[in-house]
Amino acid sequence: MTTITHRNKRRSLRRFIPLYIMLLPGLAYLAINNYMPLFGLSIAFKDINFRKGLWHSDWIGFQNFEYLFKTSDAWLITRNTLLYNGVFIVLGLAVAVAIAILLNEIRNKFASRLYQSVLILPFLISIILVSYLVYAMLSMDTGFLNKTVLPALGIDPVNWYNEPKYWPYILTIVHLWKGAGYSCIVFLAAIIGIDPEYYEAAKLDGASKWMQIRKITIPMITPVIIMLTLLGIGRIFYSDFGLFYQVPMNSGALFSTTNVIDTYVFRGLMQLGDVGMSSAAGFYQSLVGFVLVLVSNMVVRKINKENALF
Amino acid sequence: MDKENRIWQWTSHIIMIALSAACILPFILLFMASITDESAIVTHGYTLFPTAFSFEAYEYLWNQSSQIFHAYGITILVTVIGTTASLIMTSLLAYPLSRKDLPGGQTIAFIVFFTLLFNGGLVPTYLIYTQVFHLKNTLFALLIPWLLMNGFNVLLMRTFFKTTIPVAVLESAAIDGAGEFKTYFRIILPLSMPILATVGMFQALGYWNDWNNGLVFVTDPDLFSLQNVLNRIMSDIQFLTSNSRMGTTQALAQLPSETFRMAIAVIGVIPILLVYPFFQKYFVKGMTIGAVKG
Repeated sequence: MTTITHRNKRRSLRRFIPLYIMLLPGLAYLAINNYMPLFGLSIAFKDINFRKGLWHSDWIGFQNFEYLFKTSDAWLITRNTLLYNGVFIVLGLAVAVAIAILLNEIRNKFASRLYQSVLILPFLISIILVSYLVYAMLSMDTGFLNKTVLPALGIDPVNWYNEPKYWPYILTIVHLWKGAGYSCIVFLAAIIGIDPEYYEAAKLDGASKWMQIRKITIPMITPVIIMLTLLGIGRIFYSDFGLFYQVPMNSGALFSTTNVIDTYVFRGLMQLGDVGMSSAAGFYQSLVGFVLVLVSNMVVRKINKENALF
Repeated sequence: MDKENRIWQWTSHIIMIALSAACILPFILLFMASITDESAIVTHGYTLFPTAFSFEAYEYLWNQSSQIFHAYGITILVTVIGTTASLIMTSLLAYPLSRKDLPGGQTIAFIVFFTLLFNGGLVPTYLIYTQVFHLKNTLFALLIPWLLMNGFNVLLMRTFFKTTIPVAVLESAAIDGAGEFKTYFRIILPLSMPILATVGMFQALGYWNDWNNGLVFVTDPDLFSLQNVLNRIMSDIQFLTSNSRMGTTQALAQLPSETFRMAIAVIGVIPILLVYPFFQKYFVKGMTIGAVKG
């Protein structure tokens, strides 16, 4: 009896062999691209020596971290990363929601679709091309701002790529310019999904458009807003490397306001060859990032189980 | 239409027109700058209404074009191979995971999902690809690291398979004696065109626009993709001339540097503008397609 069920079980498992074969290429890739680097995080606790190889270098405990957190850089890059991403989350959502509401108001469907197409355009080009567009605006001797806009306002030209104080504004504008049109799609879809009866009833009661937006539209899309905010907070330790590296053109004069964890790690590894320091910063980012994802997901679960990632 | 409605229509249109202009004008500035006479740029800067026109930058670009064409070739090759491989691997992983009867399916799905939560970041990834797999300065470096497949797309596809392909269809295929691979090719793939198009388009855009892998793993100019060439020219305007067949000094003397920068960026933007109208609806769809669950 037992041998029969055993044989049946084996036969039924054999049925799944083709499915397991299908899994192999993808799982192999995740093993190489995702899981090996995860174990590789241990190099933050090692003194990397390429002759001894990645796995056999000597353990040095927390030395790399001591060096990292003794520098003023550690505080600066953490502050910049958190502040930029915080501003990006708040303004990004506000602008995207506002655009979605306005797009939804427009009766002329052709016009509304045309606006939408145009607003998505910046999302499609690489950050390298964005840095060219920004250069056309900001170049010291030939830029549109210094040669056309500022003279018209009677202001002296500004050496943009040497003045850190302007960059929080520039990077925020570039971020919104590139992403707002795209992220408004989510909200537009949510708004379109609202039952028109709510608005009919509000109109009968004599509610103004403004009132309808405040009392119906915004409350109805609040779950989406909350969810995206929490997801954003979960990723607040990671920044858009291209935006902070390419758009300021890796200009050293701007590091005080443009250096974030990702750019710090990159420069440490690729330009300074300081593997210890940059792997410590990378470990710090991965770990805090992981904790933040877990915490924000826990909060989402509390609010609405449906929207939680896990 | 009553007065309040009309005011809303007008304000909405005015704001949207202003925002659209803000999105478009930088591109127009780029184009106008590229066809401005170099000396006009020195006095007036980049403007929307140049005082003197010249196609010098494009002529110069044409003379230096072999490297640009080569970079285009690399970009197209990487985009085509990468997107195809990515779609095959993603769907092959997603299909078994969409099957409720697969023993161990939950565990494997978690292994995929976990990659979305925790990652090693740049340094270990770089060291593993260069020290263990020796990908530096190979075409694989542009194809494999980070871009080839991601857990998010796998779970997206799994959800699509689960929700749109009826179990009855799979069961009847099994009864008819179709093997799993046959089911995958003959039933799953043809029924999943919407999700394949969406994921494929995001993958293609990712490969086309990628400059990061080239920056991190490639120092050999022969392997530079279009984005890498653009990236190099931004910091080193003489990049093309230093690899030129023409004598370097002669090539440098003719270089209309300010317009040239803009012309090469125009060359980089054009392909995206050309294909965009055909793919637009997938972008909108891709953003609103079903939720991902672990």
